Amino acid sequence: MRDRLAKLNWIDLFLWVARAAIVLVILVGTVKTLINNPYTLRNWEDFIIFGIAQGSMYALIAIGYTLVYGVLQMINFAHGEFFMSGIFASTAAVAIPLSRAGYLESHPVPSLLLIALSSIVVSVLISLLTERIAYRPLRHAPRLMPLITAIGASFFWQYYFRGLFGAQAIPFPTIPQLAGSVPFLHTQVLKPHILVIFVTFVVLVALNFFISSTRPGKAIRAVAENKDVAALMGIDVDRTISLTFATGAAMAGVAGMLYALVFQQVHFFMGFIPGIKAFTAAVLGGIGSIPGAAVGGLFLGLFESLGPSLFLQSLGIPAFNQLKDVIAFTMLVLVLIFRPQGIVGERLKEKKA
Amino acid sequence: MSKRFLALIAILVAGLVLAACGGGGASSAFECTDAIGCVEVAAGAPIRIASALVISGPNTDLGLDSQHGVEIAIEFKGDVLGHSVELQAEDDGCSAEGGQTAGQKIVSDPSIVAIIGTSCSGAGVPLAQIASDAGYAVVSPSNTAPSLTDPAQAWKPGYLRTAHNDKVQGAAMADFAYNTLGLHTAAAIHDGDPYTEGLANAFREAFEAQGGSVVAFTAVNVGDTDMRPVLTSIAASAGGAPEFLFFPVFTNECAHLATQSLEVAGLENTVRGAADGCFSAAAAELIGSAAPGMYFSGPDLSFSGDTYTRFAAAYQTNFGTAPLSVFHAHAFDATNMVLSCVEQVAKQSDGALLIGRQDLRDCLYATSGFAGITGSLTCNEYGDCADAKIAVYEIQGGDYVSIWP
Repeated sequence: MRDRLAKLNWIDLFLWVARAAIVLVILVGTVKTLINNPYTLRNWEDFIIFGIAQGSMYALIAIGYTLVYGVLQMINFAHGEFFMSGIFASTAAVAIPLSRAGYLESHPVPSLLLIALSSIVVSVLISLLTERIAYRPLRHAPRLMPLITAIGASFFWQYYFRGLFGAQAIPFPTIPQLAGSVPFLHTQVLKPHILVIFVTFVVLVALNFFISSTRPGKAIRAVAENKDVAALMGIDVDRTISLTFATGAAMAGVAGMLYALVFQQVHFFMGFIPGIKAFTAAVLGGIGSIPGAAVGGLFLGLFESLGPSLFLQSLGIPAFNQLKDVIAFTMLVLVLIFRPQGIVGERLKEKKA
Repeated sequence: MSKRFLALIAILVAGLVLAACGGGGASSAFECTDAIGCVEVAAGAPIRIASALVISGPNTDLGLDSQHGVEIAIEFKGDVLGHSVELQAEDDGCSAEGGQTAGQKIVSDPSIVAIIGTSCSGAGVPLAQIASDAGYAVVSPSNTAPSLTDPAQAWKPGYLRTAHNDKVQGAAMADFAYNTLGLHTAAAIHDGDPYTEGLANAFREAFEAQGGSVVAFTAVNVGDTDMRPVLTSIAASAGGAPEFLFFPVFTNECAHLATQSLEVAGLENTVRGAADGCFSAAAAELIGSAAPGMYFSGPDLSFSGDTYTRFAAAYQTNFGTAPLSVFHAHAFDATNMVLSCVEQVAKQSDGALLIGRQDLRDCLYATSGFAGITGSLTCNEYGDCADAKIAVYEIQGGDYVSIWP
């Protein structure tokens, strides 16, 4: 104990005071809000459902970050663009023509499947192309190089799609069958939110099965464990890495369709903020871990939705809703201070870290 | 070695001196006596003006529409004192960074006489500062934030505007909501940009002065998509859910607020209002089926007169569309104000022109009873020139239709 006290310098002291202050603000804010509760039970349920729906989308996108990190120990900053490219192309080339033809209204289920399929296909193609052209030649380069390349690829795809479909936001057609809401507990849940939560759940279960029980899934895990040994066991490492990118991009393609259903507009820059948030979610949950991405996404969505009202409102902060990103990132910092491996992450072995 | 080095330096220095003298010697018959410098236009050279309007991103319609107004003004004007007029079109990006970049780029070119811009007030604040320091005159067709013509805040010498001041627009919206619609509680949302914050504040002050109560005054971020949490907090305000919700933000966020406010518990019967930042063909398309029960304030576009008839026809012919947004006529008037002042202050000699920058500013601030499409323009000492008339619109079948006054 005396030893540790002797080592304590003023920077550590400052950091501990800062941590304590953040925790104190959150505690005081929460207690004050709960005492003079300005919201009804229904409002709280709404906040939680909004948070889960938003978090589900973050989770799906975060899968892509975490899979690629698990295999290559690389942060693929172009992943937000995989998300954007699928739904942007699908809206312009599939959803709007279907809506004009009246088919979207008369046959919503096949239309939605078609939109989802085209979104997934485009996302996967873009991801495979990026991996083959931008990342594979740099496989043995220093780790900073693929990172910088990823940022470059991200800009490239943004402006490529801007060139294809224009700089303006395009409205995603409304589907009458998805308008309105369904009663649940004390509140009404919007139909698109139900779809988001349901689809995310199904897709995550399927992904879990794919990774844990199929041959290609096992190959991905083997390559993540050790590329050289996997190659010796007869696994084609390059193909498995491509498969990893494709799996992540397919998740992003699904997330893109859900995003368009909930927010009803798409544009070339729409991948940037969800991309950054999903990366945050992946780190929050524990990067490299698939359950971590799911849990991190949900937590981030809930922090963003509940945080401003729960922590800040009763502290008398003006325009507290504008601070939702501050809250999300503060929570990230807090989690990383107290649990550096993330909420459900494992401590990385020396060799990988 | 060192001798040769010295000799080399001596030759270089001599060369520089000669070049400097040569440059000075070549200067024309003019002598610039203006306090902050002059622009010289050689015989046969064009008079150059710059625009700094938002011509990329989600608010392209807003800036492109104004740029079309500038282009038509130049076309109609023809030659000025025997010189053609040339436009250098820059992008203000609708952000402080964009305004800074456009401003730096323009003032690095001494042949530019004046600047028409910016579209967004957020870009106007840094651009006004840069242009003012460099001696340029700036006339904005589209900045409406009250702070830009307030000398205690962002106003800088040389800055003027033909767009209305949002004190007028905020008061008009408050009047419409309180008296015409009979709504007595309101909430306002801005996004931290000077235009949106200025207008939301102007609305709040005017609405409270009418006797109404503002139950919530909050903000979102540019780029936010999920507005449901903030709308839920507004619906649960201590003063009860507002009867009127005013969000004078830009296209994408405005469309999100418009569609999502219909889905939030407690706001089902709330009337929604936005302003001229959400007034474009693109915005109408994004708002789509959420348009009923929503009102938009903006400049009164019920223009009349021969000039406007010719203007509208030229717009359709040149650009193949009806006006995209609301500030085309203001841009037309701003350009004409500048060109008419150039005619008044330029000194001529052998086909060349000398335009004093301070003279140009003085002339612009002295504008009085200038007949433009938007009305009779008279500038005050801080550059508010607009003959401000505000109307309230609603979207009917994809078009904005004026319903008030």
